[in-house]
Amino acid sequence: MPFANSPKLKNMAGGIKKFIVGSFDDEKVLFPAVKNVRRAGYKIHDVYTPFPVHGLDHAMGLRETSLHTAGFIYAITGTTTALTFMSWVFTKDWPLNIGGKPHFALPAWIPITFELTVLFSAVGMVLTFCYLCQLSPFVKKHHFHPRATDDLFVMAIECTEKTNESEVKQFLEKSGAQEINVQVAETGWWIGRYDREQKLYREEKGY
Amino acid sequence: MSLLKYESQQREPLVDGNKDYHQVTEDIISPIEMKPSRLWYIGFYISVGLLLFGVYSVYREVTYGIGQWNLNKTIGWGWDITNFVWWVGIGHAGTLISAILLLFRQGWRTGVNRAAEAMTIFAVMCAGQFPIWHMGRVWMAFFVLPYPNSRGPLWVNFNSPLLWDVFAISTYFTVSLLFWYSGLLPDLATVRDRAKTKLRKMLYGIASFGWTGSTKHWQRHESLSLVLAGLSTPLVLSVHTIVSFDFATSIVPGWHTTIFPPYFVAGAIFSGFAMVQTLLIVVRKVMGLQDYITMGHIEAMNKVIVLTGSIVGCAYLTELFIAWYGQNPYEWYAFSQNRANLFSPYGWSYWLMMFCNVVSPQLFWSRKLRRNIAVTFFMSIVVNIGMWYERFVIIVTSIYRDFLPSSWSTYYSPTIWEIGFYLGTFGLFFTCFFLFAKYFPVIAVAEIKSILKTSGENYKMKMTDIEKTDAEKFYIEKVEHAH
Repeated sequence: MPFANSPKLKNMAGGIKKFIVGSFDDEKVLFPAVKNVRRAGYKIHDVYTPFPVHGLDHAMGLRETSLHTAGFIYAITGTTTALTFMSWVFTKDWPLNIGGKPHFALPAWIPITFELTVLFSAVGMVLTFCYLCQLSPFVKKHHFHPRATDDLFVMAIECTEKTNESEVKQFLEKSGAQEINVQVAETGWWIGRYDREQKLYREEKGY
Repeated sequence: MSLLKYESQQREPLVDGNKDYHQVTEDIISPIEMKPSRLWYIGFYISVGLLLFGVYSVYREVTYGIGQWNLNKTIGWGWDITNFVWWVGIGHAGTLISAILLLFRQGWRTGVNRAAEAMTIFAVMCAGQFPIWHMGRVWMAFFVLPYPNSRGPLWVNFNSPLLWDVFAISTYFTVSLLFWYSGLLPDLATVRDRAKTKLRKMLYGIASFGWTGSTKHWQRHESLSLVLAGLSTPLVLSVHTIVSFDFATSIVPGWHTTIFPPYFVAGAIFSGFAMVQTLLIVVRKVMGLQDYITMGHIEAMNKVIVLTGSIVGCAYLTELFIAWYGQNPYEWYAFSQNRANLFSPYGWSYWLMMFCNVVSPQLFWSRKLRRNIAVTFFMSIVVNIGMWYERFVIIVTSIYRDFLPSSWSTYYSPTIWEIGFYLGTFGLFFTCFFLFAKYFPVIAVAEIKSILKTSGENYKMKMTDIEKTDAEKFYIEKVEHAH
């Protein structure tokens, strides 16, 4: 059921591809392996790790994330929202005389301005994070190895028409991979549940 | 999250025993895959019982009105606001551990941050109950929100500290929840991938948002936690500052002191850490997590307790001195007669507070006592009692005698329904905590794994020789290849 026959629910960015998957049990072996694989010109689809391995993103040649910039933009949105709203309410919409104090009482608004700055930034960043990583309840993705969230570092190399499978396998073995296999997988996400088995689109259609 | 590739032998390991990555997963996740123990059921049912009693107390308060409580002419705030400030204070340790200690790169936070953050969220939930039900006509509670209404629109008063509280507490709750849950995602994915039954696969599958552990996702995740920590650090300081403004911006003798914000923040951290100790000493024992929440962790938290306890002590004395030095007769009366005079109606509570918060934590200057479980557990209870009395002293002793002696009230003591409400929040807190301990990883699995090879006992043992090699050689041999 999952992503077959329901192309609308499928993330269009994804697609079905073939991967050669190597699992490593030590990040110290993984690092040179990543370097070697890249140097040999193979395309690393992704590396799945049970915890954030520092420097792996650089080794893989990923660019820095700009999530913090988004956070800053949300923050100043919060600041301006709070300030303009309170100014409008107390100077234009309903100027209230509070103990004869000025209507534009900036110092008294600092706490709320600060809180909204933090609130907008935090909520915005988390939503952006979930959007960028395509994380949401009821979202299902292909997992190359169930132990990628436990103790294995799983490298998936994308196969193109030119890729020589046995060569890549040998290459991975030489680099210290423990388990090597070939998987055909959907790269995007689909709406599904983890208690149900999935079938690949092409298997279900029979080609 | 240590930046170092190698950690000195002088430092105590943060993870004891012979562990590898899989063993860490096994140790932390397997308790939540087993049936709960008899002890868990007993604790859970007691908590639910307390919660139900609290619900009934609140039901009486709502149907019959605030008169169910012993609040009176001058004591408009009694147990309710005392409990509110107390719970909010407790809710500060979690974010302090997860945010401030993350920015300071304190490796030991990884063992305790998850449980402390959960505790924060539950404590803030409990805190929020008090001002809400104190409103009396609670069905009007939404009046505190600035929404366009048919009364003008008559907006809320943005200059009022009580409204700042609304924003501060709700922001704090939301941000803590987001911080906690985003940290939980990878660990929930670990539980999902180990799940055997269909139900667990489905539920943890939904809860883990389809997390895969992709490097790019981790990179964003790291950035997210760092920025959230940066945001939460001033936030955690602002929340109790704003709570203290409820008092400090008034003109009630005993309340309008400028020292309140830092003194409240220190007190909040003090009581929060005490509550973390109370919970974690039990959790590590019951769930067998002594290897992850080590004596080193307990000692580190006791150090924070002695530091913040001493700051609080300084604040008490400064406040007393300024009341005298300021030469305001009302202020000085509030301090010298309503509080410090042991023979005044509430004098006992002031000295109880002094003893619990200032004198008793000084025991922790001794390393031997800091590393003693029984003493730590006992002290954590004493500190929590003391911090409850601090809020009680501030609130009740300042208002039971106002400017007009004819309205000096009779002795205030709570009714059973006031106490019931307080017990009910304990029920809520512990019900949530029991459920958390049963269904969620109580220790951040991924974060423990990330410090394992620098701070794990067995890995440190392997590196004993490193400190003997000379620095230059060490750099060439170890650092170059370590990545």
